[in-house]
Amino acid sequence: MSSVFLILAAFLASSVEMVEALTIVLAVGVTRGWRSTLVGVVVALVALAVVVGALGPALTLVPIDSLRVLVGVLLLIFGLQWLRKSILRATGYKALHDEELIYEREAAEARAAGHAEKAGLDWYSFTLAFKGVFLEGLEVAFIVVTFGSSQGSIPLAVVGATAALIIVVGVGLLVHAPLSRVPENSMKFVVGVLLTTFGTFWSAEGVGVDWPGAELSLLGVLAFVLAASLALIRLFQRTDVPLPPMPDRIVAVES
Amino acid sequence: MKFVIAFVHFWYDFVVGDDWQVAVGVLVAIGVTAGLAHGDIAAWWLMPIAVISLLSYSLWRATRGAPE
Repeated sequence: MSSVFLILAAFLASSVEMVEALTIVLAVGVTRGWRSTLVGVVVALVALAVVVGALGPALTLVPIDSLRVLVGVLLLIFGLQWLRKSILRATGYKALHDEELIYEREAAEARAAGHAEKAGLDWYSFTLAFKGVFLEGLEVAFIVVTFGSSQGSIPLAVVGATAALIIVVGVGLLVHAPLSRVPENSMKFVVGVLLTTFGTFWSAEGVGVDWPGAELSLLGVLAFVLAASLALIRLFQRTDVPLPPMPDRIVAVES
Repeated sequence: MKFVIAFVHFWYDFVVGDDWQVAVGVLVAIGVTAGLAHGDIAAWWLMPIAVISLLSYSLWRATRGAPE
């Protein structure tokens, strides 16, 4: 059961971050050329692989109870941040992530930027592509490594992240435009709920709590966090501004 | 030194984000849970309630003033 949640969380979190990275890469690549942009992407992916390769095995050396407290607390704080943001977006207090708008802004900045060449590369394209992929990818790596190591299966988390990579890059190559129709906020909401649930469960278990029904109580915590979050969307729903467009409003109207 | 500050700032933003009080609340809640668990008192209910209370409080503070 928790393996399914592990893959799902890694897949959704990775998809959201990869869509954001894709927007930056497309804006820079289309505007300033692909060579330096793609070199930036590849270098960022190598740097991410080094981070995961170093952190993953290091975490498996930590005793499981200590690891679950550490990872549980980190995931909980991190997950609450995602959940808080997605609820503020669903209720109208924070602007929704608009990939088309971000694409236009990035493209305009890329057009306006000067041309500085270093080591045969357009430094602007390289730096922007590297930063976009590395920073968005770091969130994915954080979730994959922490979630995977606590579940004792980094490979399963990697499966979820890889599936997201294939789908996002595949669709990106096909449409050659920012993926503005992806319901990012709903996906962030689901990831926030999953990270908060697992963070709550593991951190408590790590400090010696006996959950009634052992791992089965994960479902109870999940239902509680989901129901409470949907109730909070209703409670804080803003009435003086138009509701977010569909499908990001789904989580709000289905509650 | 500049690099160290930027590094710490990045990780703070990355993990803690917009509301540091949520992070502090989580640490307090896990501390109390650990105390209860070591005193052989059933404490499984505490973290879920603490987490939703912290989220509600953070949302209330974010929404009561000007929109973000």
